[in-house]
Amino acid sequence: MEIEQTPTSASDTNSTCEYMDAEGEPDNETELSAGDLYQEAEHAETEQLGHSIISELRDELGTHASKCDGALSPNASAATGQSKDLAASVESLALSTSTSAKTEDRGSANELDDDQYDYQHDSVWRGQKKHIFILSEAGKPIYSLHGNEDKLVTLFGVIQALVSFVQMGQDAITSIHAGGIKFAFMQRNSLILVAATRTNMSIQQLQLQLSDVYYQILSTLTYSHMSKIFEKRKNFDLRRLLSGSERLIYNLLANDSSNARVSNNIFTFLTNSIRVFPLPMVVRSTIVNTIQSNCSKIKNLVFAVLIANNKLIALVRMKKYSIHPADLRLIFNLIECTESFKSSENWTPICLPKFDMNGYLHAHVSYLSDDCQACLLLMSVDRDAFHTLSEAKERITEKLRKSQCLKAINDELEQPFNVKLYQQVLGVPELRHFLYKPRATAQLLCPMLRHPYKSLPEFERLEAIYCSLLHRIHNSSRPLKLIYEVKEREVVLAWVTATYELYAVFESIVDKATVIKYVDKLIKWIEKEYDVYFIRNHATF
Amino acid sequence: MSTRRTGSGPTLNFKAVLLGEGCVGKTSLVLRYMEDKFNTQHLSTLQASFVTKKVSLPDERRAQLNIWDTAGQERFHALGPIYYRGSDGALLVYDITDQDSFQKVKSWVRELKQMRGSEISLIIVGNKTDLEEQRAVSYETALRYAQTVGAQYVETSAKENEGVSELFELLTQLMLEHHGNKLQHDASSLRLQSGSSGIGISEDIDTDADNAGAAAEQRSCCGI
Repeated sequence: MEIEQTPTSASDTNSTCEYMDAEGEPDNETELSAGDLYQEAEHAETEQLGHSIISELRDELGTHASKCDGALSPNASAATGQSKDLAASVESLALSTSTSAKTEDRGSANELDDDQYDYQHDSVWRGQKKHIFILSEAGKPIYSLHGNEDKLVTLFGVIQALVSFVQMGQDAITSIHAGGIKFAFMQRNSLILVAATRTNMSIQQLQLQLSDVYYQILSTLTYSHMSKIFEKRKNFDLRRLLSGSERLIYNLLANDSSNARVSNNIFTFLTNSIRVFPLPMVVRSTIVNTIQSNCSKIKNLVFAVLIANNKLIALVRMKKYSIHPADLRLIFNLIECTESFKSSENWTPICLPKFDMNGYLHAHVSYLSDDCQACLLLMSVDRDAFHTLSEAKERITEKLRKSQCLKAINDELEQPFNVKLYQQVLGVPELRHFLYKPRATAQLLCPMLRHPYKSLPEFERLEAIYCSLLHRIHNSSRPLKLIYEVKEREVVLAWVTATYELYAVFESIVDKATVIKYVDKLIKWIEKEYDVYFIRNHATF
Repeated sequence: MSTRRTGSGPTLNFKAVLLGEGCVGKTSLVLRYMEDKFNTQHLSTLQASFVTKKVSLPDERRAQLNIWDTAGQERFHALGPIYYRGSDGALLVYDITDQDSFQKVKSWVRELKQMRGSEISLIIVGNKTDLEEQRAVSYETALRYAQTVGAQYVETSAKENEGVSELFELLTQLMLEHHGNKLQHDASSLRLQSGSSGIGISEDIDTDADNAGAAAEQRSCCGI
């Protein structure tokens, strides 16, 4: 009961402070939103267990997707006409790679004081391989991957005009192809998200990326909170509520070669999956049992997630509930972006949009110990559960230390890559890289990047190969089962069976028979070692 | 009862919370105090961090400080009660170069006064004294405000390591004094209760933070 009092009196207190707003907007709006946020948290706690909206959300996604391709046709000519303007204004997103990376304090930095600054004549900005823009339906800038979004109002105006023009015809703009650039559009809940790229990413892949960003925003604000804000004020400046979270959005988007990053992370996004931390089966099941036995009595605990090095060690969940890979990626992103989790115990609200887009879970986040850099998240619907979960975490760490599990995790962490996988890959020098994803789980196995893909230009080519393979395999109008292609510099194979998807890249000198032989060998090995590299079922409390 | 509790019992446990607008240096103060480090790059705290530190008191007792470092962004404001509800002390931090952040301190003071009454020791902290030339809130203004609301006022620079350890020492001392007073108070009210059983206010006094406002009021009428 006493909790009930708190929000009202808290917001009362606030509404007396008329100065709070630095931007000169009406202050009670701020207060209201804070109040709403709180009530939502409350609301979520009561509702969260009641019903899951995951399926509902899937339906929504489904209809969107089916609308996509045809959607443009009635207005195609008109849209393309306008697209020329847009294309002209973003004219040469030149192919040249740019090394300029956006820094953390972009907004506050003294980088561009000139109001007249024009990005359209800035070769660095135009040279970026990928742009992402987010604005509200009212045209207010929210985010730009490169450059200060405030200086892009002209471009945002064009985007808004395009979107609303197509909307007038009871339609929705999906994409524009112009001047060698693909523009993907997405409209969700008063937000307009646009991706522009010259890379090989397909429109669907761009849209997947846009939806990841959208979920990142929901994860910070929740769907209902954001809806309420825009209902109240169409032209609300959402940046005020997202402040501090820009780095999460940036990290989510900057995981590919367009930001000069050479890592396997992009492939988890492209395959809509996560990666699993390799561990002997007995170690993993000891870890799971330890988490179960120390958490089973804690009410309201929904998920326990153990992560190391951006890979999943274990996931224990409340009966009947599961985490979608998109939600898991948000969790990985949060951990990856937050160094400060390492130095303390933390308590953070997080919305997992695929689980419930209207409410927050409260996560106890901490690393197991100073000498074991695995991060444990205990997620509860109870916002006052910190100390209970903190004690549980202590017990878990202690038990894991005794059972040598911490050591097992450390042994694996200390290796630059998984030894057995490395040996396996070394055994087939012609196999340069592969992606293996069992169809039963959203988990991905891929070997470390090695020569020649350690250099950025070569990695870009690898990324382009996978983008194109994945796009053709998953093409909704004409899905393929098997692709074998001899390219100038490599031989590539994509193969979908009832149990797995495999994408492999070979030296250009191998012939078909050899490829088949090697793939066969690889598959047999993976099946034998399956439980080291994949988690079949996530345990429940 | 009071002797048993104030005596050389186990380690004393104090809880404190840092509140204030984003970017004023809450995390930097904690980092300086805990690890004697300073990070020039600003990374917004998007969570509440819980750290503990064992300290020796002047009378050679040991105490454990449990410190909540909270997120300053507007959207986290509503979560404040989770952290200040059980706290014995609060550091209300602002940036001396930023007038708005000082106003935010005032709003926290109002909220804490209303929710916790005199249950919580307050220290207002003007951080970033290394940026003296950009100062927007004068020492006198802040000090005068602090005095009117019964709070202490301290200025620090987490960057230059000025006044940080003194700040946490002062905090510990305040919470210790408050703890002592509370025990005495509890003892006297118990006596009062046993003397005239009709008053029956002891439950209120022992309730924790949640009813703090009410408890504080009750207390003032029985504390004669």
